[in-house]
Amino acid sequence: MSQHRTGESGGPIPDEDAGLPPVALTDAERAEDDGRRRGLKIAIWIAVGLLGAVGWTMLALARGETVNAIWFVFAGVCTYLIGYRFYSKFIEWKIARPDDRRATPAEYRANGSDYVVTDRRVLYGHHFAAIAGAGPLVGPILAAQWGFLPGTIWIIVGVIVAGAVQDYLVLYFSMRRGGRSLGQMARDQLGRIGGTAAILATLVIMVIIVAILALVVVNALAESPWGVFSVGLTIPIALFMGVYLRYLRPGRITEVSIIGFVLLMAAIISGGWVAETEWGAALFTLDKTTLAWCIIIYGFIAAVLPVWLLLAPRDYLSTFMKIGVILLLAAAVILVMPNVEAPALSQFAFTDTAPVVTGSIFPFLFVTIACGALSGFHALISSGTTPKLVQKERQTRVIGYGGMLMESFVALMALVAAVTLDQGIYYAMNGSAAATGGTVQGAVDFVMGLGIAGVDVTAQQLTDVAAAVGEESIVSRTGGAPTLALGLANIMKDLIGGTAMMGFWYHFAIMFEALFILTAVDAGTRVARFMLQDSIGNVVPKFADNSWRPGVWITTAIMVAAWGSILIMGVTDPLGGINTLFPLFGIANQLLAAIALAVVMAIVAAQKNFRYLWVVIVPLALTAVVTITASMYKIFSPNPAIGYWANHFAFRDALAAGETSHGTAEGVEAMSAVVRNTAIQGALSILFVTLAIIVIVTAVVAVLRSRRSPEAVDTSDPPVPSRTYAPAGIFATVNERRLERRWAEEQPDALRARGH
Amino acid sequence: MHAMIRAIDAGGSRLRWFCRELFGDAKYERYVAHLRSAHPDAPVPDERTFWREHYAEQDRNPGARCC
Repeated sequence: MSQHRTGESGGPIPDEDAGLPPVALTDAERAEDDGRRRGLKIAIWIAVGLLGAVGWTMLALARGETVNAIWFVFAGVCTYLIGYRFYSKFIEWKIARPDDRRATPAEYRANGSDYVVTDRRVLYGHHFAAIAGAGPLVGPILAAQWGFLPGTIWIIVGVIVAGAVQDYLVLYFSMRRGGRSLGQMARDQLGRIGGTAAILATLVIMVIIVAILALVVVNALAESPWGVFSVGLTIPIALFMGVYLRYLRPGRITEVSIIGFVLLMAAIISGGWVAETEWGAALFTLDKTTLAWCIIIYGFIAAVLPVWLLLAPRDYLSTFMKIGVILLLAAAVILVMPNVEAPALSQFAFTDTAPVVTGSIFPFLFVTIACGALSGFHALISSGTTPKLVQKERQTRVIGYGGMLMESFVALMALVAAVTLDQGIYYAMNGSAAATGGTVQGAVDFVMGLGIAGVDVTAQQLTDVAAAVGEESIVSRTGGAPTLALGLANIMKDLIGGTAMMGFWYHFAIMFEALFILTAVDAGTRVARFMLQDSIGNVVPKFADNSWRPGVWITTAIMVAAWGSILIMGVTDPLGGINTLFPLFGIANQLLAAIALAVVMAIVAAQKNFRYLWVVIVPLALTAVVTITASMYKIFSPNPAIGYWANHFAFRDALAAGETSHGTAEGVEAMSAVVRNTAIQGALSILFVTLAIIVIVTAVVAVLRSRRSPEAVDTSDPPVPSRTYAPAGIFATVNERRLERRWAEEQPDALRARGH
Repeated sequence: MHAMIRAIDAGGSRLRWFCRELFGDAKYERYVAHLRSAHPDAPVPDERTFWREHYAEQDRNPGARCC
């Protein structure tokens, strides 16, 4: 009498094992759960809706009076809850159609190492730690230049209709395919051309993302002895943890993470002392170019060292910090309830004169905030890693969709940190060194010259803030990380420690961002090297052998040289680096999202589910329009402030005319650097957009082919009956709990994610 | 009072379980359990060897972290 949907694989599922309790709730049991306490549930959802509406109203309509940051929390959390409860359920019902009677790869391919049935609550934490990094913390900071409202809307609405949809569906379809990677799924769905373009795009995007993340760290640590000392100490701390785990107490990861965390705090505190000494300041004050070379050398060594020595312990520390920082930031905003200093919509919203990232809201806001609203990189985690650990099909909704909602919340908190800062200070920190000259007076002139009503800053203010956080200067500390750190310190000081603790909180924030980024640099280099080894291996088979060290070294060196040269280009750029390069990061990440969504679209179309294909088409069209438009601006805009090529030719013409300075670039050498940099940036833009268009076109062709084909094509693995049970969401419903208990009683030794 | 202590105790052991699972302390136990049930005749490696092999596998097959 129960009616199960068979999902994408039309074939019937073999009979359940007669001796076992049911492995899934029936539709009737789920309906019964849904109907329980119906009145109360309706009342709660109305209350959530009203609270969210009040939050949005306060953010959108408050004019002339100060807005409290607590409304961001209400607007965000209530909208996430509604999106999760209603939209993700709709997607589950109409597109994914999970069937808990089917075994997941973790069950039918269980090998005890990468295919392991994992408790859903643990996997949620795992997946979140794998997708969230520095990205959602940086983009919203830079986007605060357009005012707080556009960024807030994009972060919250974007995640509901785009980012979380991508993460959920990629996770789901990869799980249905034994945990196949995005590249493999692209080849299966889009054929050789589309698949190859997708893999090539992934490789190039990985390189640019590593380069720009590294640039963020360089900008945060340059001329900061405190930061260099304490972030530098993370290397010996990680080495110690690695040795501890290998030789002293293998497997005691929580224990060593706590030790590492304590050492990390000691590193931050001692950094303050060292920076005050003469020798400390002399030894650890590094300029950008030196730091960039340090990171390049570090990147190479880290990526060829064994995982156990550096990467794994760094990963444990990162996970520990990630969860701690997110809880801290959210708690601080809720408890301190700071006032918002930024306007809802700034005067730069619709002009090309924005000082932090050049360009108007459309399309540049949508590429500046990538992580947190829609991040293509997540598709690499949602395929390949997480799907091999899922216990039951229905859990993909909370892990994929729910995990991304959490990242969006992190991005929202980062935005709050930026918009609660004094606006004069915000612009003084984020104006490029070319614009401020890097001096306090230059920054004051620059901020006053922006002509923003009600925004002013004095030289005294800037030196006072710098002194409070233990830095030489806060002028032109671009890249987002220092601004986030100051914003966080500004909120946290009201909660713990007052002004005296600002230096600690500032460097605490710099520390965790650097930690996330250095882990991403290491891991990204390894993955890129692996992909390169694979590609070269097609021609020279020896390269595909991972244990052949010269092959590993050569391919690692090639990948480090690739991102390293972009990094050097960024730090030496006479135009300021981050403001010209950051759009490339966002464009690259969003194009990867377009590729992932194109693959998902082809899969859904192959099932002949055209009626609900719009769920995928909407985010795909959104990201395609945004990124292709942004790329076109970057390639074709005649405005040198926006178009890479326009700038390229402007500088070439100036050089040809014998000029010795142009714009903010002084001297022939600087001008030649701009000519070279803009050519590379312009060429990368063309490469990205071409690859993405190839993938999207092959996906559309695949959809049209599916339309014409008489039957649905199923590319998922054949169904295997499940022999385990666990609830779908984080909290079990009444019937789920009942079934869970029955399993515990009748099958105490059954395959279960929980220990005893 | 006793109920409260019991509740704190239960909460503590749940937290401990969660951390061990999340950070990976429990990986070895899981692997042993898997071997016992799926391949009862296979030799069971000691914990040190297990972790060496675990990291060696990550060396061979790197996974991406996100930005």
